[in-house]
Amino acid sequence: MLEMNIMQTRELFKRKEITAVELTRFYLNRIKRYDGELQTYLRLTEEQAIEMAQDADRRIAKGEDRQLLGIPFGMKDIFCTKGIETTCASQILKGFVPPYDATVVKKLKEEHFVHLGKLNMDEFAMGSSTENSSFQTTKNPWDLTRIPGGSSGGSASAVAAGLCAASLGTDTGGSIRQPAGLCGVVGMKPTYGRVSRYGLIAFASSLDQIGPITRSVTDCAVVLNAIAGYDPMDSTSIPQPVPNYVEYLGRDIKGMKVGIPKEYFIEGMEQDVKKAMEDAILLFEKNGAVVVDITLPHTEYAVATYYIICTAEASSNLARYDGVKYGLRAEGKDIIDMYKKTRLKGFGREVKRRIILGTYVLSSGYYEAYYRKAGKVRTLIRRDFDEAFQECDIMVTPVSPTTAFRIGEKVEDPLTMYLSDIFTIPINLAGLPAMSIPCGFDSAGLPIGLQIIGRPLDEARMLQAAYVFETEKNVKKIPDRFKTDD
Amino acid sequence: MVYGDYEGVMGLEVHAHLLTNSKIFCGCSTKFGAEPNSHTCPTCMGLPGALPVLNKKVVDFAIKLGLALHCTINKKSIFARKNYYYPDLPKGYQISQYEEPLCTDGYLDIYENGEKRRIRIKRVHMEEDAGKLVHESTIETSSYSLVDYNRSSVPLLEIVSEPDIRTPEEAVLYLKMLRDVLIYLEICDGNMEEGSFRCDANVSVRKKGASELGTRTELKNLNSFRFIEKSLAYEIERQTEVIKNGGEIIQETRLFNVDEGITYSMRGKEEAHDYRYFPEPDLLPLTVDEQWIEDVKKALPELPMEKMERFMDEYNLPKYDVEILLSDKELAMYCEEVIKLFPEPKTVSNWIMTELLRELKDGNVSPKDSPLSPTHLAELLSLIKDGTISIKIGKEIFPELYKSGIPPKRLVAEKGLVQISDESAIISTIDSVIARFPKEVGEFKAGKEKLLGFFVGQVMKETKGKANPKLLNEHLVKRLKS
Repeated sequence: MLEMNIMQTRELFKRKEITAVELTRFYLNRIKRYDGELQTYLRLTEEQAIEMAQDADRRIAKGEDRQLLGIPFGMKDIFCTKGIETTCASQILKGFVPPYDATVVKKLKEEHFVHLGKLNMDEFAMGSSTENSSFQTTKNPWDLTRIPGGSSGGSASAVAAGLCAASLGTDTGGSIRQPAGLCGVVGMKPTYGRVSRYGLIAFASSLDQIGPITRSVTDCAVVLNAIAGYDPMDSTSIPQPVPNYVEYLGRDIKGMKVGIPKEYFIEGMEQDVKKAMEDAILLFEKNGAVVVDITLPHTEYAVATYYIICTAEASSNLARYDGVKYGLRAEGKDIIDMYKKTRLKGFGREVKRRIILGTYVLSSGYYEAYYRKAGKVRTLIRRDFDEAFQECDIMVTPVSPTTAFRIGEKVEDPLTMYLSDIFTIPINLAGLPAMSIPCGFDSAGLPIGLQIIGRPLDEARMLQAAYVFETEKNVKKIPDRFKTDD
Repeated sequence: MVYGDYEGVMGLEVHAHLLTNSKIFCGCSTKFGAEPNSHTCPTCMGLPGALPVLNKKVVDFAIKLGLALHCTINKKSIFARKNYYYPDLPKGYQISQYEEPLCTDGYLDIYENGEKRRIRIKRVHMEEDAGKLVHESTIETSSYSLVDYNRSSVPLLEIVSEPDIRTPEEAVLYLKMLRDVLIYLEICDGNMEEGSFRCDANVSVRKKGASELGTRTELKNLNSFRFIEKSLAYEIERQTEVIKNGGEIIQETRLFNVDEGITYSMRGKEEAHDYRYFPEPDLLPLTVDEQWIEDVKKALPELPMEKMERFMDEYNLPKYDVEILLSDKELAMYCEEVIKLFPEPKTVSNWIMTELLRELKDGNVSPKDSPLSPTHLAELLSLIKDGTISIKIGKEIFPELYKSGIPPKRLVAEKGLVQISDESAIISTIDSVIARFPKEVGEFKAGKEKLLGFFVGQVMKETKGKANPKLLNEHLVKRLKS
């Protein structure tokens, strides 16, 4: 069952070999069996899931056919779900029950998907290991002593361990691609504006983007079909038609120009990662792609630029958590005291660190030197990509310089933690689409992710290349420990 | 007021609530006075995940005002976040415009003592209003605050003048003219009590003739013309005193105490907010093309200053009349309607300023709701002009005409008020009166000429006031002297 993609599963529904309720129970049972050790779900919506599955079965019986009909999903706990507590893994939003659905949730509901529950994450999506969740520590299913990556660590781990058919994550600086890479699954950050952000709890508005985390490239295409498109509720969403991404799967990549940016093959990259990249490039060549060397000269400034822009936006986006309207309120002797105590108690260390950094870079006297300068560098980084894409159709890089690190290893060293996103961050700054696909394992048996970067709105071509790679490489998907299919 | 060698320098910031049906970044209603928090949604409540979408109507209105104030309408403008904490501000920031506003570099002309003065406008930008705190008694004594977010995200225009204003009187003239412009454009109701038109003032004092500006204070929340004038006068005097005594002005925000008529310090510069403005990432830069501006321009109505000049030049009305007629846009429109049908502006103006305004004021009625329509007033004036009725009758029946809404011709006919202009009928009435009062006729003939009035009165009584006064006079004198 876990090896089946969504399209194959729908065939099983049609042939009545399995019902949506059976499939939902299958995943709920697996969650009960495995999630005690993995800690991916913050809360299950079991009753609702069964109801949704029953509804899906009625529709299947009537011959209805929709892309995600009856497919059980887990959702990162960052999307507003009407009537279901949504916390962003933060104490400050504990007890917050949104009165509305995010646009992506609405779209999945229109497909009559099944909602299994809300998945763990770094608090407010700030982190690269999911250790910043204020509720629990999620494990990497390939090695339970290691982190799953982050911030969408719960989503990636749950998909990798087969605790849902697919999930949605968000990616601000690599938060879909990095955990997908470290957990050996497929994760895509679409072009900025391709998927509506309405109802996504903002971390950094100009960088945040929603995308699928799945066990196959096919599923990635199917889910993207369902969630992409213009939304009048999000002014930054792009008013362009959405192609049928599934149609691009199975097309060859003969003559496709694959760019290899030299700045992404740096000192400090693990040997196994380097080797996996070299093999991957050979595989593309073997399938008819033309490999070209390209350069992205401003790459070294990306991490610094990113941490100015994302913290600036976060400091403002998180101002609304003041104890006045919803979530946590600590008692104080006056309003200022209440604000201080609420935010002191409600936010974790990393979130506070970023609020302070962001407040600093926006302060008068520092704005020019930091925020405005960062904006200029961002333009240069974007231009790097524009120019490089004159010479290639897609780019291929590692997702992370290393495989999954141990729980606790980098908690006390935020700077090293920040640098683990060095290959994913520039893509968010440029607003480009990029995805992570499994491309093998290191000597310790930990997954290595391959990043494919595309031109704006060129997700179809990325999926086309990813599908060829996936088919040829045939990387193992489910860790043995979680294989039992009963 | 005289400040010796010193002069006041003022720049005003006006916040005008726009008359759009929905809010600036969501579809909620802007209606004033609804159940608390009934006009709210995830966006204007600042719920996690909600996003703003710009209401195009607000841009239309801003362009309208920009054009009326002779501003440059910038093809590209940017929304920015102004960050500060207050419970009525649900997102922890206000979406406003900062570095690149929609309208810049305009002016507004005002008349001061018959002379035109030009006040430069620095900028006009769009922003959202905050909600409102509600207290059981006062903010000091209440143990808790309630927040009503109905006003949250109601659209505002902020209009910032250059420091071109020199006296409190001039400030009020500027504000009145600006308010009229907003009302004429139909983008703001100008209601100061409900806060639809609010003003902050930057005030400084310098030696007359100096080119540099002095240190300024900011006066906040001035909500009536009277208070504005008083508080500015107080503040200029206060600053002048400080400077004269060798002191220094502290840059600070001050509030006006209505009861004591003084301003007092609210917060100093060191406590001033750092608003940490930065471009709003949830909204794209606003682009306005030539066509958009043209479309708004075409629909632009006549503005108060243009109307004022036209009333003086074209209608030849005295300034006094024009000021009264233009003090209310509806009244000016009413007046024009009547003049169109009865092209004697001064006569129309007289009747409106006396008879009509009295009735309107008595009933607290807006000119546009007047039961006496412009057509009927014109009809009444025509009846007087062609001699069908006398002015006196016209004035007598005015209250009834006003209240009933009956067309003047009909009312005059129904009441038999048509003036008697038939000479033989007048003469025969005169004769019968002369016959009844031989004694008085004798006295008149003996030289007691003031008895003429008595005879006029008697004839009018007989004819129920309908005798044509001119004919009556003419014939009465003839008959009495014969």
